[in-house]
Amino acid sequence: MTHANPNSVLTGTHFMNGDAACCEGLLAAGARFAAGYPITPSTEVVERFAARTPKTGGLFIQMEDELAASIAIQGMVWAGEKSFTVTSGPGFSLMMEHIGYAAMTETPCVFVDVQRGGPSTGLPTLPAQGDMMQARFGSHGDYLTIALVPDSPQECFDLAVESMNLAERFRIPVMFMMDECVGHMTEKVVIPPAEQIPVYPRRRTTKKPGEYLPFAPGEDLVPEMAHAGEGHGLFVTGLTHDDRGYPLMNPAQQHKLVNRLFDKILRAADDLVMVEEEGMEDAEAVVICYGITSRVARRGIQLAREKGHKVGLMRLKCVWPFPEKLVHGLAGRMKAIVVPELNLGQVVLEVERCAAGQCRVIRLPHAGGTVHKPADIVAAIERGMA
Amino acid sequence: MARGSVAVTTERCKGCGFCVEFCPTKVLALSSAFNAKGYHAPYMEDPDKCSGCNLCGMYCPDFAIYGYRFPKETGEPAEGKQQ
Amino acid sequence: MSTTVDFPIHNPVEDILRMDRIPTIWCPGCGIGTSVNSFAYALLSTGIELKKVAIVSGIGCSGRVSGYTKMDSFHVTHGRAIPFATGLKLANPELTVVVYSGDGDLTSIGGNHLIHAARRNMDLLVVCVNNMIYAMTGGQAAATTPGAAISTTTPYGSFEPELNIAHLVDAAGASFVARWTVFHVKMLEKTMKEALSKKGFRFIEVLSPCPTLYGRRNNLADGLAAMKDYKERSKIRNGAPTHETALVQGGEIVVGKFVDRERPDYLTLMRQQLGANYHPLPPQPDENPEAGVAKEDCCSC
Repeated sequence: MTHANPNSVLTGTHFMNGDAACCEGLLAAGARFAAGYPITPSTEVVERFAARTPKTGGLFIQMEDELAASIAIQGMVWAGEKSFTVTSGPGFSLMMEHIGYAAMTETPCVFVDVQRGGPSTGLPTLPAQGDMMQARFGSHGDYLTIALVPDSPQECFDLAVESMNLAERFRIPVMFMMDECVGHMTEKVVIPPAEQIPVYPRRRTTKKPGEYLPFAPGEDLVPEMAHAGEGHGLFVTGLTHDDRGYPLMNPAQQHKLVNRLFDKILRAADDLVMVEEEGMEDAEAVVICYGITSRVARRGIQLAREKGHKVGLMRLKCVWPFPEKLVHGLAGRMKAIVVPELNLGQVVLEVERCAAGQCRVIRLPHAGGTVHKPADIVAAIERGMA
Repeated sequence: MARGSVAVTTERCKGCGFCVEFCPTKVLALSSAFNAKGYHAPYMEDPDKCSGCNLCGMYCPDFAIYGYRFPKETGEPAEGKQQ
Repeated sequence: MSTTVDFPIHNPVEDILRMDRIPTIWCPGCGIGTSVNSFAYALLSTGIELKKVAIVSGIGCSGRVSGYTKMDSFHVTHGRAIPFATGLKLANPELTVVVYSGDGDLTSIGGNHLIHAARRNMDLLVVCVNNMIYAMTGGQAAATTPGAAISTTTPYGSFEPELNIAHLVDAAGASFVARWTVFHVKMLEKTMKEALSKKGFRFIEVLSPCPTLYGRRNNLADGLAAMKDYKERSKIRNGAPTHETALVQGGEIVVGKFVDRERPDYLTLMRQQLGANYHPLPPQPDENPEAGVAKEDCCSC
């Protein structure tokens, strides 16, 4: 680990919205280049980035569509920079092919999705959490990725840094799953001094051209990286490839490569459990939530406790990979797990799978457009405790 | 007297005939022999006329033929390399 | 390799190829490899350091060119070679970035990117090998397939007029627009060399035979027949207005350098406009170049 470049960190206490904080987080994490295409409610991230970059030496380019933006950032990465793109539902759908390309070619980058109501054009200015499964399974073929979900502007900063760091550590596309509420909510954001912001550097190879195999995995299954212009004669392709990067399209190589792309993340799954727990000491039921929904859940839990129900909160900051062991263990100790989310049941499917019938799992779906009412959460808790 | 020659890597040849057709001095012809893939590679039917201009090489889509000029002193004809 | 001459014979084209990947997948009589010869000689004659050259291709037969060249090669998704190349060039302006791809890839699925890269005058050389068909997928009609030509998806002939790519990129603002066929190897080499030495968005269309999937169904039984057809039908008209260069089946093939204009490219314009407001940053303060892989030990954090 190294730390952030002071020239790109706005150290201090700010009053800013989640979109702006996300931009500052990615800048602090070392992104100097980005590409995007305007879409509500995400555009503020790149608007700020475009204003900030002349002073940080990089640039923002507004591409002709999301397909272009999501591949242009990968060009920037292979040129040696850290990069990201920002979008919302419809644009996220268009970017799917390039999330798969980044997974296959092990291109570290961050995709920020400020979720809005869907499907299709849906509710451009209103929140939802309907892209959670898309963040995991959106691109065709098998791959794993990491998805972080912030619930406040402060976390939009903190987890944006973490997203970029994880992208670099595993050489994967990381999904940063905000939502309209968090993106447009303005709160206090404290940006620490640069030397207190850990930054994961590019895993560059030290091998000489000729000795270096671009896709030969290291001990943690992640290959070292080299960039265009360094004399390695790289060959990067989305086809199934061997350690040199050359296409090698047969079942044996497919098996080897795709399993490695999975295993490099699965092996580290325990490290990637990022949860916040509240009131779990005496809890008989728990609300598992993420993103904006957790802020309503907190109020719901407070009301339920006033009524005498022993309820805790577990907020997932990292939804993918899903904390399977944790939820499985929890289900063995709880009477009920309540899962409110701004979709008609996505992450709850994982909760149900991991709970494996050990306790009740109460779904609390919502089609989006606004958040749950605390009373809905209370009612769901009571259903679970009954 | 030939001023150059061609080197043919027979096994790369796919027998398209571009080199034969566009040789400005009509040096080449397709051989009746097959290579391992079953294509007829070119050979020098009239080596004396070769100027070593490498137009055949420029046309060859499979990088299988290369025309070269002899060094100035030796005007000696030489056979193209065969593989 | 054995030879009977007493001096080394070395085909310079091999200097830019990954010889361990030759022979190519291209069919007998396909012209893509021929265009690569012209490109190789053009590139070598410019003296540009090969390690600073990157080749980006999309999907398709012509999209395989990047993988046969020794330089840094990127074989990206279908249609997206230009935006990938845009990112590569912007983040490392030292690179000479060449997009080498086919007509279906660049003009249909990637058509939007072609227009906008030309409009931005992004500093890229785009070589578009136009075989007038989707070849890798088995000979379906492309935007460039001349009306009335037979393809697997237009078995009774196409009902759509063909796209004049040169006219399109000219209208969008490209700095340099040229067209040759693979019959014109020497002219193509010269034009490529000229384009490599210029800044801005440079577009070269190269007509190439596809005997297997286009020629066979359209009375050009093999590659050689198509080459002879190019020879007969081509007319060199340098500076021709691009709206007069449409490629009609059986009609004249207008070739030459059509457009060569001076216009600041994207990065030049950006630097001009930002002027003193642009502050390139020094590199990361303590990125340890020897460490390569980051270790667990943290600095002050």
